[in-house]
Amino acid sequence: MDYILRILPQLIDGAGITIQVFLITLVLAVPLGLALALGRISRWPAVSVAVNGYIWLMRGTPLMLQMLFIYFALPFVPGIGIRLPDFPAAIVAFVLNYAAYFAEIFRAGIQSIDRGQYEGAKVLGLTYAQTMRRIVLPQMIRRILPPVSNETITLVKDTSLIYVLAMNDLLRAARGIVQRDFTTSPFVVAAAFYLLMTLLLTWGFQYLEKRYAAHDE
Amino acid sequence: MTNKPMIKASGLHKRFGHNEVLKGVSLEMSKGEVIAVIGPSGSGKSTFLRCLNHLETIDAGRIEIEGDVLADTDAGGQARYAPEAEVRRICRRMGMVFQHFNLFPHMTVLQNIIEAPITVKGMSRDAIIPKAEALLAKVGLSAKRDAYPARLSGGQKQRVAIARALAMEPDIMLFDEPTSALDPELTGEVLRTMRQLAEEHMTMLVVTHEMGFAREVANRVIFMDQGEIVEERPAAEFFASPAHPRSRAFLDNML
Ligand SMILES: Nc1ncnc2c1ncn2[C@@H]1O[C@H](COP(=O)(O)OP(=O)(O)OP(=O)(O)O)[C@@H](O)[C@H]1O
Ligand SMILES: [Mg+2]
Repeated sequence: MDYILRILPQLIDGAGITIQVFLITLVLAVPLGLALALGRISRWPAVSVAVNGYIWLMRGTPLMLQMLFIYFALPFVPGIGIRLPDFPAAIVAFVLNYAAYFAEIFRAGIQSIDRGQYEGAKVLGLTYAQTMRRIVLPQMIRRILPPVSNETITLVKDTSLIYVLAMNDLLRAARGIVQRDFTTSPFVVAAAFYLLMTLLLTWGFQYLEKRYAAHDE
Repeated sequence: MTNKPMIKASGLHKRFGHNEVLKGVSLEMSKGEVIAVIGPSGSGKSTFLRCLNHLETIDAGRIEIEGDVLADTDAGGQARYAPEAEVRRICRRMGMVFQHFNLFPHMTVLQNIIEAPITVKGMSRDAIIPKAEALLAKVGLSAKRDAYPARLSGGQKQRVAIARALAMEPDIMLFDEPTSALDPELTGEVLRTMRQLAEEHMTMLVVTHEMGFAREVANRVIFMDQGEIVEERPAAEFFASPAHPRSRAFLDNML
């Protein structure tokens, strides 16, 4: 027990990085995903084809590869040649990748809304943007909460991928101590941290689902 | 101004793929008139109504609403619509009630009614709420003000839908089989509401299978079959002695 208290500060530092990656990704990937979803169902074929290709690319290649590419290869790409420090590189990769997954969830959610809702709004004079904002998106949110909850929990665990950029996240902090002290208990503590985060998320989403379910009975 | 037709549609053509659904439908409707559109399933009644308020686009023909041109055929025989803002402005004068209500399930009854006046017309809540409450009283649903649609019966939903349409103060009301999705014992309350509207001289175009309503409330009856208006006469005359064999066959079937 003493030992655990002793290693806790290091692990908490690591958890801090993990939580930062998680929160920043979520805050940026959700709006980007929504924009992509709207682009995907756009009536301009050029837009929807481009977005489709993007989603295919992001979902069709490993996140770790994307992260390595942005960190190591991007500086050498002619015409781009940006060298990002490790943290921003990780964030960019996570946001671009997760936005693609969120986009597909949002698109399915938007398309699950009955055509009658659009028509009901249209005959009342609402514009497309007003219909989306006032009628479609609020109904969509309730339906996508379960898959978004899934994706968010996956993100908590995916943050451990930043390990490959040698950043001191929760998992790397734990491994460092394991190697130093020849004991596996830091892994157990790290697992407890991840479990705690996913538990809080699960509760959060359960609360949201209940709140949004208020109107169907 | 007053003697301009509320709706003037001439030679409407509409096809879905190879299926020609409207084959030159024309109609002139004056203020305060109630017209019932009847006919067999698939004859194009809904499509006709939906073309009038731009839920569907016509391929050829001309639509005028209170003297303003919504769409017209160009020299090449193709229908051209007014600019988008103008289309929106014109179509706002028509309210529509659907077979399946299309209420917004995430909003209460009151919110359903005040949504468009606030979002579209920019009215303040203070201005619209008393009006919405008056409309609810009129359709007999004051007690359901804060209920969600899932809690209402079909007949109540449809009366809310009517109140919601009226809140935008339309000059014309379009009804597409407003009672067809209802249990028989619930149609009466909706028809009563519509009858009351007719007595207040609302201009109404009603697609319906309720022959009793058509006979008693409508001034004129339009019988459609296979994308055409086969017969168009004052309601009393039509029901007393339908002229066309197809209308006669249809009425025999209905009654
Ligand atoms: N969106 C659409 N796409 C393709 N075909 C359509 C569409 N809407 C209607 N149709 C076809 O157009 C024809 C006329 O349909 P419409 O709904 O106008 O008939 P209706 O007279 O209202 O029939 P009902 O009494 O069954 O409601 C039908 O053959 C129908 O299959
Ligand atoms: Mg129909």
